[in-house]
Amino acid sequence: MEAKQGQKNQFLKGRIQNWFTSSWSGLLVPILAVLTAFVVGGIVIAIAGGNPISAYLGLLEGAFGSTKALSETSVWASPYIFAGLAVALAFKGGLFNIGAEGQLALGAVASAWVGYALPGLLGIKLPTIIHLPITVLAGIIAGGIWGAIPGWLKARTGGHEVINTIMMNYIALNMVSYLLNGPMKDPNPLNVIARTPEIAESARFTPIFSGYRMHWGFVLAIIVAILVWFLLWKTTLGFEIRTAGANPDAGKYAGVNVGRTIVLSMTLSGMLAGMAGAIEVTALNYRHELGFSIGYGFDAIAIALLAKSHPLGVILSAILFGAMRNGGTRMQFLTQIPVDVISVIQALILLFVAADAIVRFIFRIKAREERVVLTRGWGG
Amino acid sequence: MDIRRFLFITLIIVVLIGVVVLVGGSQVSPATIIVSMLATTIAVATPLTLGALSGIFCERSGVVNIGIEGMMLASAFFGWFAAIYMNTILGVQPLPSLLTGVVVAILTGGLLGLLHAWLSITFKVDQIIGGTVINLLAVGISGFLNRQLFFEKGSIFGGQVPHAPGVLPRIQIPIIANIPMIGKIFEQQPIAISAIVLVILSHVVLFYTRWGLRTRAVGEHPRAADTVGINVYKMRYWNVIIGGMIAGLAGAYFTLESVPSFEPLMTNGRGFISLAAMIFGNWSPFGAWAAALVFGAAQALQINLQFFRTLIPPQWAFLQQSSIVGLVPYILTMLILTGIIGRTTPPKADGVPYEK
Repeated sequence: MEAKQGQKNQFLKGRIQNWFTSSWSGLLVPILAVLTAFVVGGIVIAIAGGNPISAYLGLLEGAFGSTKALSETSVWASPYIFAGLAVALAFKGGLFNIGAEGQLALGAVASAWVGYALPGLLGIKLPTIIHLPITVLAGIIAGGIWGAIPGWLKARTGGHEVINTIMMNYIALNMVSYLLNGPMKDPNPLNVIARTPEIAESARFTPIFSGYRMHWGFVLAIIVAILVWFLLWKTTLGFEIRTAGANPDAGKYAGVNVGRTIVLSMTLSGMLAGMAGAIEVTALNYRHELGFSIGYGFDAIAIALLAKSHPLGVILSAILFGAMRNGGTRMQFLTQIPVDVISVIQALILLFVAADAIVRFIFRIKAREERVVLTRGWGG
Repeated sequence: MDIRRFLFITLIIVVLIGVVVLVGGSQVSPATIIVSMLATTIAVATPLTLGALSGIFCERSGVVNIGIEGMMLASAFFGWFAAIYMNTILGVQPLPSLLTGVVVAILTGGLLGLLHAWLSITFKVDQIIGGTVINLLAVGISGFLNRQLFFEKGSIFGGQVPHAPGVLPRIQIPIIANIPMIGKIFEQQPIAISAIVLVILSHVVLFYTRWGLRTRAVGEHPRAADTVGINVYKMRYWNVIIGGMIAGLAGAYFTLESVPSFEPLMTNGRGFISLAAMIFGNWSPFGAWAAALVFGAAQALQINLQFFRTLIPPQWAFLQQSSIVGLVPYILTMLILTGIIGRTTPPKADGVPYEK
């Protein structure tokens, strides 16, 4: 009896130790990748004639230097968390959703439309408790549909989701450009910009602190991240998604309907991206403006990869990327180094995360075999 | 290429040209429109043709390359920068400056090809992620340097965009230039001509030389190729580098042949569309060229409709919306990937890292 207890304790201790070392080594490589990227980025800045140290100090000050800076960092981080989760969830299902960009833009447009047009269409004043949820839901659904199409095409015909989601991005951006310049353009005679009218008061989140732009979307994003974690690791659907992602053949053998799981993963992924757009409209801008969301979907790829597709890791890497984007403006103001250098550093982070063999080589870390496999031919 | 796909391609091109003839035929003679449409088609298909050839070299050797878009963008920037630097700072004549630009663009592409090869062959990074890294890196570097070198005060050009040395001049090919109509269609700029030459050359290299046989062998069955003494890694490295150089030439098209300027993100998805052309062409140079021409025709339609926009009848008003006509290539790409227009077979070891 006692021996059994002891064995159990030993077992538990081993598990905790394993968990500890594995999550530490899981964090180690991304952290070193970020550091390496900043060092190489500094070299790029120096070659282009800037001072990397003052640039990075400006970046830090702009991102975390004041309560206002912190609030702005959270404003940037909110859509990044949603979009990062979108890409991460698809990765877990073995799918590469490059289409977060388009799903997000369409989500924003759908939300904006329900936000400004629905009360007039129904002829009644809607209370916030009804109007706001519908407005957010509209964005989620629009994004979900835009994600489901490439998912269905992949499951049905094998057409590779990488190309299809990219094509759907261009189609979405063309459609949004058409809508915002035509049928949905703000009719205000003073308006010359391609943007929608403002959404009704009843479709808006109220600010958390007056005087700061930080909004409820950030809180919601963290809750959703926890939900996604729960979905992936504590539910049958999550298990199916991960199985289909890790090894579709084994999944099929174990009775997982891989086709259905692919469609579901892509739909959920699109819904998360659509939610990013919906939150931007309902909690921050109160309208959608053309070109506002450009680049979110691509940053989201880097965020998900840096987080190793872990939903809680996405929160951290989204805050890092939000801080960089936010601090970049201050850096440019102080040092005249173009904010575009942030994109270079981000790409370098991605390079060192993806090719972690380089980081392991530089810092002499032993390899832990765990690869994402996305390249599975083109289908067709 | 099977007959079904050939008919599909011909049909689409005829329809696309037909639309312009219907719209503009009352003002300009149909023959003129057809010649102009075909000439535009060949010209705008250039980066797609080259991009598809780049993909063919990579994938025939077994490496998937979705970084072609980024390779084009980065080469477009560095080629343009080199041409302007030669012309304004060193005072070289426009034509030699432009040709230096082309060489620099090709080298940039080759270098990025080397990076992709290094990531995917040596480090065995997932090739889709490796390609994405290159795409993001290209967007970042070209955007950053464009701002830093041209628009910042105290930069080498003193904070103002210098005059570009123009674009590469059209060439008249002897004999062909004298044929009526055909001569006009093929009176193109040098990169467009070299794209056609490269299609023929790639076909010969891939299917009639020892190099091509080895390339296809490491892409189909690397283990067997290794057993008979072919160096799989070396073959893949060189093919990806060659693919990168061809993508670099495609990049040069944007800033040295099409327009004399650089804009961030100016490649606009052409690298990805060329992958669709490669797939539709069943990984063969001529097939890919034909597919690239379809996309070229779709784009030529957009350009020519802008030209005739006042003549568009009111019931077809949607044709005036360039954001709607602009959807055609993207929708075509998706249609092609569904395989309803004929299934294709990729090289067997495409995308699979080789472990010795």
